[in-house]
Amino acid sequence: MRFGILVNEGPYTHQASDTAYRFAVAAIESGHEVFRVFFYHDGVNNGTRLSVPPRDDRNMQMLWSDLAAKQGVDLVICVAAAQRRGILDANEAKRHGKDGDNIAPGFRISGLGQLMEAAIEADRLVTFGD
Amino acid sequence: MSTLHIVNKSPFERNALASCIGHLGNDDAVLLIEDAVVAARDGSTVAPLIREALTNGPVYVLAADLAARAIKREGVIAGMKLIDYRGFVELAAQHARTQSWL
Repeated sequence: MRFGILVNEGPYTHQASDTAYRFAVAAIESGHEVFRVFFYHDGVNNGTRLSVPPRDDRNMQMLWSDLAAKQGVDLVICVAAAQRRGILDANEAKRHGKDGDNIAPGFRISGLGQLMEAAIEADRLVTFGD
Repeated sequence: MSTLHIVNKSPFERNALASCIGHLGNDDAVLLIEDAVVAARDGSTVAPLIREALTNGPVYVLAADLAARAIKREGVIAGMKLIDYRGFVELAAQHARTQSWL
């Protein structure tokens, strides 16, 4: 079965990104496909490569990036939510005259159409958030 | 069309669990995750609400989130089913859709 996952919460709000990540791993381990993970609202904060959590804390961004690298999971960040929170790729940084970008490996910035597509293409869309 | 209802907030913080249970269809199931797992503990003021849901259909609880809150299996309301993350995935697959009560 094909799953789409929506993450509406950052790594340090409650538990949603942890649960979403564990759900994605369990789905893949069970032989299902994760078509896309869409990060919306504060969920976009999962996709900055500049956060430096303490060494004994889990690093959600690294976990997501590893999932993208090893399993080919498509990680999409909502562009409007990202701009508000200062999550930029090289193109967005240039477009807005910023001096650097911070998007993490495996993540890409796109629009809500990607969430709609996930809802249409996936057999199930599961929402995690606040 | 069956629905898996996912509740993730404590019933002592929000009324999502009560709203969810008020909207259950015949073939629906409820899954408690994250802070909502505190509702699984027997003897609290929300236990009657869970028992009401159990008369409608299955009520599941994510075992890892119970363990994280030091709620022992023996303290869980009789009739509830403990599942792991793979079980969560299978429940989502078995039902036609999922509804997260955020």
